[in-house]
Amino acid sequence: MQSFEYANPTTVPDALGLLGTRWGQADVLAGGTDLISLMKEHLHEPKRVVNIKNIKELEGISKTADGLRIGALVTMDELAKNADVLAAYKSLADAAAGIPSPQIRHMGTVGGDLCQRPRCWYYRQGFGLLGMQDGKSLIPEGENKYHAIFGSGPAYFVSASSLGPALVSLNAKVKLVSAKGTREVAVAKFFVTPANDNAREIVLMPNEILTEIVIPTATVHTSTYEVRQKEALDWPLVAASVALTMNGNTVTAAKVVLGHVAPTPWEAAGAESAIKGKAITQDTAEAAGKAAVAGAKPLSQNAYKVNLAKVAVKRALLDAAKARKA
Amino acid sequence: MSSKKDSELPVQPKTGFSRRGFMRGVGIGSGALGTGLLETEAVAAPPATVGPGAVPISLNINGKPVNLTVEPRVTLIDALRNYLDITGAKRVCDRATCGACTVIMNGKTVYSCTVLAIDAQGKNIETIEGLATGSNLHPVSKAFWDNDAQQCGYCTPGFVMACKGFIDEHPNPTEEEVKHGLGGNLCRCGTYMGIRKAVIQAAKEMKGASKNG
Amino acid sequence: MANTPDYHWPPMDQRKVIGTSPKRLDGPVKSSGRAKYSSDLKVPGMLFGAYLYSPHAHAKVTSIDTSDAEKVPGVKSVYVAAPAGTEIQWEGWEVAAVAATTEEIAREATRKIKVNYDVLPHYVKDWDLANAGANAKQGLEKLVGDPDKALQEADAVSEGHYGIPVVYHCCLEPHGQIIQWQGDTANVWPSTQNVPGYAPDLAQRLQIPATNIKVKMDYIGGGFGSKFNPDAWAIVGANLSKNAGGRPVKLYLERDAELMIAGNRPSAYAKIKIGGKKDGTITVWQSESWGTGGVQSVNAPAQPYVYTNIPNIHQVHTNVAVNAGTQRAWRAPGNQQASYLTCCALDDFAHKVGMDPIEVFKINAQYAPSARVDTYRYQLDKAAELAEWKKLWKPRGQNGTGTMKRGLGVAFAAWGGAGHAGQCRTVINPDGSVSVEIGSQDLGTGTRTVITQVAAESLGLSMSQVKLVMGTSDLPPDGGSGGSSTVGAVATTTRKSSLNALAKLYDVVAPALGAQPEELEAVDGHIRVKGSPNKSLTWQAACRKLGTTKIAEMGENVPRQAQAEGLNTQGAAGVQIADVSVDIETGIVKVNRYVAVQDCGLVINPRLSESQVYGAVIMGIGTALYEERIMDAQTGKTLNPDMEFYKLAGIADIGNIVVHMDIRPENDKRGVIGLGEPPAIPICAAIGNAVTNAIGVRVPNIPMTPDHVLAALEGRNG
Repeated sequence: MQSFEYANPTTVPDALGLLGTRWGQADVLAGGTDLISLMKEHLHEPKRVVNIKNIKELEGISKTADGLRIGALVTMDELAKNADVLAAYKSLADAAAGIPSPQIRHMGTVGGDLCQRPRCWYYRQGFGLLGMQDGKSLIPEGENKYHAIFGSGPAYFVSASSLGPALVSLNAKVKLVSAKGTREVAVAKFFVTPANDNAREIVLMPNEILTEIVIPTATVHTSTYEVRQKEALDWPLVAASVALTMNGNTVTAAKVVLGHVAPTPWEAAGAESAIKGKAITQDTAEAAGKAAVAGAKPLSQNAYKVNLAKVAVKRALLDAAKARKA
Repeated sequence: MSSKKDSELPVQPKTGFSRRGFMRGVGIGSGALGTGLLETEAVAAPPATVGPGAVPISLNINGKPVNLTVEPRVTLIDALRNYLDITGAKRVCDRATCGACTVIMNGKTVYSCTVLAIDAQGKNIETIEGLATGSNLHPVSKAFWDNDAQQCGYCTPGFVMACKGFIDEHPNPTEEEVKHGLGGNLCRCGTYMGIRKAVIQAAKEMKGASKNG
Repeated sequence: MANTPDYHWPPMDQRKVIGTSPKRLDGPVKSSGRAKYSSDLKVPGMLFGAYLYSPHAHAKVTSIDTSDAEKVPGVKSVYVAAPAGTEIQWEGWEVAAVAATTEEIAREATRKIKVNYDVLPHYVKDWDLANAGANAKQGLEKLVGDPDKALQEADAVSEGHYGIPVVYHCCLEPHGQIIQWQGDTANVWPSTQNVPGYAPDLAQRLQIPATNIKVKMDYIGGGFGSKFNPDAWAIVGANLSKNAGGRPVKLYLERDAELMIAGNRPSAYAKIKIGGKKDGTITVWQSESWGTGGVQSVNAPAQPYVYTNIPNIHQVHTNVAVNAGTQRAWRAPGNQQASYLTCCALDDFAHKVGMDPIEVFKINAQYAPSARVDTYRYQLDKAAELAEWKKLWKPRGQNGTGTMKRGLGVAFAAWGGAGHAGQCRTVINPDGSVSVEIGSQDLGTGTRTVITQVAAESLGLSMSQVKLVMGTSDLPPDGGSGGSSTVGAVATTTRKSSLNALAKLYDVVAPALGAQPEELEAVDGHIRVKGSPNKSLTWQAACRKLGTTKIAEMGENVPRQAQAEGLNTQGAAGVQIADVSVDIETGIVKVNRYVAVQDCGLVINPRLSESQVYGAVIMGIGTALYEERIMDAQTGKTLNPDMEFYKLAGIADIGNIVVHMDIRPENDKRGVIGLGEPPAIPICAAIGNAVTNAIGVRVPNIPMTPDHVLAALEGRNG
């Protein structure tokens, strides 16, 4: 780890005053589960680390007129156990509870989940965000079994966020605060596919802090299904989050978002239209799963993830319908 | 790639030079290291920063305040092991994966390899050294012994702390809960069968103890 | 002087300590965090070391400049391990190292070392024999009988290809040591499986007298076959210490290097044909296999495994050299591979002839070494019974119509496990205190506990009356703990040294009891005359007769004599059955139940022996389901030298394990046999066969990951 100076502000304005205008000047420390490793690997070498964990206003989950506000410092453990989240946004609790390590759930924050860097092993080995060597991506002809099956490059990593798919399906927004003010960004727009090695995978700027997530009120039936090979700490191979508006047994509107299949949470529009106007049955869920992967472009080693995505969508839909009945 | 530096990238991410990858190509003369990375633009004057040199910190470990002087980059596990000679917790993966470094901080299990020591100030840190009272083993440690839940024993202190944290949250665990509540620790010798039994035994004993107390 | 004592183990029904299950002696220190591993120690004046590793898989060092590193405040010593001209053969090769007052400074200084490399072409694809070119070199070829003719005459021929990848030892305590080198003396606190052999080896490497090297290790955080020698790391550490004026240096590998360079299990791939009769009798075996152990070649896995007496055999093995860390012994070297290739091929033959694999395995047990034929048949039946095979097993592809398919698979193992050469000393003091002194090590297998049990049994004492001294280089030498050779050795040497010491005590005590020394026995803390229990002295009273002279007697295990003595021997057999469920939509495999039947001769501590089997099976389940080294062919880099993508099984990933120790009298009478390795052998094979049984098609390559399972289901096996 490169040495750095350390700051421990207790207010957002103080924290903002400590950030730089370029990446590499300062990094924000919350749960640390990703940043500390990035620094150990010298993938991040900030001159300053700004610990935001002592900023009280970034904590807590509260109901507001518009929905639910989740502070950036809420841990995955708090999120998974929160009564309001469990009551209204099961898919979000599913995603947080799905992280198999209690230690990670205790440490990891919702803000950190959204801002964490990709786990792509080429990135982690120092080949840059796009895994390039000599101007060419190593990934299409390399070891890509955990990589993207959607998108058209040049990025092939997958978003590591556990909450991203559920939040996109719930039409959530994040608040990004800088010295200049606050902007609200839909989570669906927060994640971006970088066009080159110097871009980032989220729209957060180096002088901004993600302070909270806001989920609009909606009567939806939700679920997240993660395909996990291991029950101990591991990344899901694929995940699907669904949010359904129902009229009786009929789906009137659906959001289906896949995780770990693309550089961003991946909205499966095909699945949404396939299930709309239908009751959820084994057959309709299966058809929606198929529709979800219609545009998949697997790499040399990850065609199996197309199957997994189909299954994840099917199972998330069936679970959402079941949860509704319960 | 070795020519890319932060200072050349306006509002751009840092390009990765990993710990093992930083010497790719034919050397480092192009300045990917050391001061070559320092940006030229001044960072806004901070309200209060410490470091990067060593700074005095105070940690509350097993109920006792401990003073030490470390750089901000020193992790809690390294502070415990290298600076304080508290070596029950082990550094194994050093990347928040294996659980050998598990300690309890403000009542929650955490990976001490991934907490900065300076950031652990003001928190109640429990390590395995704080579990035993006198020469009596803590019920979790005793249950590990009774159920032969250790072999080489290198994962054991972290596992014991993970189990203690788990039982504190689940005083009446079922076997299924045990399996799913300890997903943050790994053992290489394969002691999981004993650990499953140990947790059930320890939970019963700790419940008995708290009733009596 | 009494006659030579009768060293034989007491009959089963007369044992008081052996065969019981006292809890492990090192349990309390380990479960309370008080056990000090050498990586936990802080020696006065100690510096922290850090390495600079090669980022290239194959390169020549053209220049190296450490001057900037040396200038970093706090740096006390810099050592170049790969000077200009060195040809680096794999990523992670140790290029240089730094010792400094803090670990942070040492690490930072390594980054200031400037190295220039000429990058050379690399090859890492061990599985791709067709493209290995000059990296492939044919090794062993074996021909028995007339395989071509036998294949033509066979009623049925099955054919398959199978693969088992390189996996890491992944010891939780990394390789390394604290070392202090001053002049011609050295003190070392290593993490090693070979305390007694460490100083002699290091002496040659440092060119100092072995008598001047002190080695001490109380606990080791895992070895599994990878920690026998001082290795390059002790030399690097020693030179850092010397350059720093003799200050001790703590130098351990970081996790990525631990995985990349500190040992791995060689891969094995094979195309196999088996021919035989309709009744399931195999008549011919033909295999073309290949695999890698790194840059150097390794022995071919034995094929066919265990059933070595098949009358017609043709086996050809090719070594594929790759630019990756060198293999080391991995908990039964060569045997997981051999068991996987053989038992999967046998299972495919059973399917071909439409028979239950248990029956085919039993029929062909005739080809096992003659002394073990009945044992394998017994164990196959026993394992089948415990796994409810008759009730649960269905032929391939007949495992229901849902998406969850259950399957059972069987595999076997064989291992030697005789005791290595070694010595032990038993000391009886006039105050009655007893120590057993042995230059051995307890890998967590329970060595401390079984030595103490044997001494207590032999001296008629309780375990608490025996003090065990072990773990330093000045003690009577035991051997390295490898090849499952420790328990046989230490049980034998402790038995003999204790009985030899007791014989000396009898000599002194006999007159007081009015008996001849050979008429005495040691029972329940007393020395008494056989047949006259009222003629006795307490242990303390007897020892007081020694005056001021203590007894110190040696016991020795000489491997070529051991079998005749009957204390330890070789030849362990095991049969294991996996019961798995496969989600055919996701390809995810879960273990329901896993049965292990294992013999290891006389069992000293049933609890600890069962723990060994549990542990071996759990490690094996990790390798069967998750573990593989993943290398990038384009860059030659290892992509998963971590514990995130090098995936170990967790506590919920292993199903329920049922261990049955085969301690029938005919096994017990053979004496003690080692157990560390044998139960670690068949897991990949049993799980591979179970998955295949569940889903109806062979999944050729371990690990049984969703990509492999789904590819097999879709017929994309290539």
